[in-house]
Amino acid sequence: MDPVLLLDVILLLLAVAAAYTAITLRDLLGSVMMMGIYSLLLAVIWADLFAMDVSITEASIGAGASTILLLMALTRTGTRERKSGDHSLPALIVVVLTGLVLIHGTSEMPRFGDPEAPAHRHVAPQYLAQQVPKVAPPSEAMDSSPQPAPVGEDEPGNFGHHVPNTVTAVLAAYRGYDTMFETVVIFSAGMCLLLLLRPLPRKRGESIDE
Amino acid sequence: MSESVVLRTIGGMLIPYILVYGIYVQMHGEVGPGGGFQAGVLVAAAFILHSLLFGPTGTMRLLPRWFIDLSMSLGVLLYIGTGVVCLLQGGYFLEYSVLDRTDPAAAEALGITLVEAGVGLTVASVILTIVRKVQGVSP
Repeated sequence: MDPVLLLDVILLLLAVAAAYTAITLRDLLGSVMMMGIYSLLLAVIWADLFAMDVSITEASIGAGASTILLLMALTRTGTRERKSGDHSLPALIVVVLTGLVLIHGTSEMPRFGDPEAPAHRHVAPQYLAQQVPKVAPPSEAMDSSPQPAPVGEDEPGNFGHHVPNTVTAVLAAYRGYDTMFETVVIFSAGMCLLLLLRPLPRKRGESIDE
Repeated sequence: MSESVVLRTIGGMLIPYILVYGIYVQMHGEVGPGGGFQAGVLVAAAFILHSLLFGPTGTMRLLPRWFIDLSMSLGVLLYIGTGVVCLLQGGYFLEYSVLDRTDPAAAEALGITLVEAGVGLTVASVILTIVRKVQGVSP
């Protein structure tokens, strides 16, 4: 058996176990810890799939920032989950149906890593040949550009007129609008927070002056 | 605020390294994995660690609220401003190669660097704002 596949299966099983524990645990502190472990496992899985940018994002946002946020929220609430016990049957039916539809959807998907898959034939070759943010150098415009391995890769500081990290190139140049609005969304989230959670005026004693 | 001397000493030693790594991910985003988003989170994490170790008030003194608010808006302004400068140079919005007509490839790299810096600034300050709101220290 392929050792990489074996590793992936083991990691995925661990991630499922961590997710299940996070849901069922009554101790909220432990639940948050399991969430962090789940994110860390996913980050390792992404790294194993060579999705390094996703892996870094998952590790920093999922395992880092959101765990810290949840922990801080816990300091302001209790750390024990209230007993509820009752499960809604319609909700279970809806969730199971949605899951079945999603699983049915995967049956039409191409095999994992299939080079003939539509996703790998449309624009991906262009990205991977690192042509997207590439600007033809003024003089020798079309000679060397179609090759995936650019000239002058060895020289430090010269990346053959392209941005070597395809993900950054696609995010910042090819999909520049998209990333811009993502930034605006984050900005508006911060703005909403500032406006909604303004401190009440005249709260003496415990407020920190700055 | 942590009472433990060991935590405060070791944590305090870690903060510069986290900051440097964040800046590395920011500057190196076009060569290796990473970029503005991840770098912003890392830089924010360094200050979150600082506020956990030395108390929110100390971090507040280090990074006053007006500074965080300013850099939050500055990041978006930097991103959109880069696009507007491209427009003024006669190109399309966010067409970085027109920033320097003599060396379009360098202009492309410059544009991506500026845009990523904008993303990093906004993300770092928004995350710090969220953490401060949850901590409930905002004046």
